[in-house]
Amino acid sequence: MQVYMDNNATTMVDPKVVEAMKPYFSELYGNPNSLHKFGTKTHPAISKAIDQTYKAINASDNDDIIFTSCATESNNWVLQSVWIDHIVNGDKNHIVVSEVEHPSILSTCKFLEDNGVKVTYLPVNEQGVVEAHTVRSFITDKTALVSIMWANNETGMIFPIKEIGEICKEKGVLFHTDGVQAVGKIPVDMQSVHVDFMSMSAHKFHGPKGIGALYIKDSQALSPLLHGGEHMGGRRSGTLNVPFIVGMGESLEIATTNIEEKMASIAAKRDKIEDALLAAIPETFTVGDRTNRTPNTILISIRGVEGEGMLWDLNNGQIGASTGSACASEDLEANTVMLAIGADNELAHTGIRLSLSRFTTDEEVDYVINHFEDAVKRLRAISSSFAKVQPTPGGEVQECELHHH
Amino acid sequence: MAKNDILGESLWDAYSNKVTTLMNNPQHQGEITEDEAASRGNKLIVADFGAESCGDAVRLYWEIDPKDDKIVNSKFKSFGCGTAIASSDVMTELCIGKTVQEAVKITNIDVEMALRDTPDVPAVPPQKMHCSVMAYDVIKKAAGLYLGVDSESFEEEIIVCECARVSLATLQEVIKLNDLTTVEQITDYTKAGGFCKSCIKPGGHEDREYYLVDILADTRKEMDEEKMKAAAESGMGGDFEAMTLVQKIKAIDAAIDESVRQFLVMDGGNMEVIDVKDADDNIDVYIRYLGACNGCSSSTTGTLYAIESTLKEKLSSKIRVLPI
Repeated sequence: MQVYMDNNATTMVDPKVVEAMKPYFSELYGNPNSLHKFGTKTHPAISKAIDQTYKAINASDNDDIIFTSCATESNNWVLQSVWIDHIVNGDKNHIVVSEVEHPSILSTCKFLEDNGVKVTYLPVNEQGVVEAHTVRSFITDKTALVSIMWANNETGMIFPIKEIGEICKEKGVLFHTDGVQAVGKIPVDMQSVHVDFMSMSAHKFHGPKGIGALYIKDSQALSPLLHGGEHMGGRRSGTLNVPFIVGMGESLEIATTNIEEKMASIAAKRDKIEDALLAAIPETFTVGDRTNRTPNTILISIRGVEGEGMLWDLNNGQIGASTGSACASEDLEANTVMLAIGADNELAHTGIRLSLSRFTTDEEVDYVINHFEDAVKRLRAISSSFAKVQPTPGGEVQECELHHH
Repeated sequence: MAKNDILGESLWDAYSNKVTTLMNNPQHQGEITEDEAASRGNKLIVADFGAESCGDAVRLYWEIDPKDDKIVNSKFKSFGCGTAIASSDVMTELCIGKTVQEAVKITNIDVEMALRDTPDVPAVPPQKMHCSVMAYDVIKKAAGLYLGVDSESFEEEIIVCECARVSLATLQEVIKLNDLTTVEQITDYTKAGGFCKSCIKPGGHEDREYYLVDILADTRKEMDEEKMKAAAESGMGGDFEAMTLVQKIKAIDAAIDESVRQFLVMDGGNMEVIDVKDADDNIDVYIRYLGACNGCSSSTTGTLYAIESTLKEKLSSKIRVLPI
């Protein structure tokens, strides 16, 4: 058996979605902007996908939802265009984000900082959540934009988007949310929150990779990131990716239909794993209150077991999981989210993320529980943290000799 | 970046088979107790390096025969990733059978070489090279404990890049010999900074005492100073063209003081040097006449010729004197 437990990274495309996409590769392949029938024959499918997308997040007809290539593009679009519109060509100079945003937000902020923009990186509390009052206290009259994710990719923790939206509305500051980990996982209702822009990505909810969207409230102004032909009302140029737009609409409709039922089913499996691991393995804990977490996510810390080592053993057991562990990342840095939560550095090197999907089966859940315990047993047997013979006097570690940041 | 780098290599695919095998089944994982060692008449040394909070920790056990300082058995415990466990395993293997004095000569390079499947293919990707450094550090610590000396005393030179074991002296020499101007060039020439990248500049994987950016800046500064000094020295030896601007002006003033100024002063005049400029084939010396010289008819003919020929003779044939 092989088990995929990394659905916050990407998901399997639902076979039903693949079926819906198929006609738009070799049968109905026209360019939607063409005047002839080859082009116009694609219009009903695109209209349907647009309807599906608006309905899934309860967007108003006055809002825009513009298809993009991915959420990284959507995030870049908002940050870079707000910079051009309100900082370069306006009197603002400040952007507020959280320190646990996705790299497509944080790296863009670094780029903007290099270009003279002031960026405030808000801390999270011990639950890994940005509190609304923190946002309020950092908004100034020079603030152009607040960008706070709806749910965090590493912890699954859900952020108080409604409260933050109200604060931004009251202060007259634009509010963007990276909705990648929320849309399709938890109810997202754009008419019950005040959000100016929201990024989405289809491959996080069993749609294809390479398609995302940006929600724009009230069709408000935002300079295009991509200039070219007048596609999507001139807001985002590039020939419409018809099969993928169809796939996004279809996958979003499936994910959000009876979403409460789907959430309950995934959460039951998630809770089973979480309860079993916490009960069976001593000196283990998970991050964040379950009731305020996306239903598919567990971030678990196992004392004495380094994250990449654990991932290695899980991989040998045909389980695909993830870690923000230092050793597994290109730059050898500790899990920034866990560091941000304020847990000690040790935790930052022992975190394993399991993320389920609606395709996760009960058999897979049992399989993961068994293999997880075995892997911990083996690695703790090797671990210096559980060694019994103590160092020769003078041979102890006085302090962290490797200075991580 | 080029074609082969577009997808990027998977971290684990870059591990040697030996790394994979030892991670899955380390041979020397375990502990040796004081009693076990004592029962065989041996001494036990246990040393730690790193900590969980650092992301890597290793505990090394040496059972040493006190008669000949030979390490008869060695074990390890490790909190770390696959390469850390495999490095620790190979490290203990390399220690067994050696005397403490021999073991302390084992470096991280030896550990990494021992993990290779074939001699010319690295056992781990560059950013993982650092794992083997811990093995080297813990050996030094254990040896220090056994011999009762500071573990730093085993290090004979200042190592700037631990991954590639490149010393400060080597870096300074390579920068000077090859006239290197960028950190990338340093990495190309020495491999320093090509692995975990901590030694390139502050803010990396760990804090370092020396950083390549500073070494480069300091060495370049030193090179510039040496160049100036060389110029000054050659200037004293009479090579006018190699002199710095200030030296040139001084030399011109000296030559004028010696052979020209007295005659001008006798006639109630004087002159001063305004500037010296290197032109294509000439060295232009701009002067200004003072007092009676100012407006004197010979100031543009005879006197000028006398000044110029004096400087040409004493300093350089390229000199051209231009009154302003």
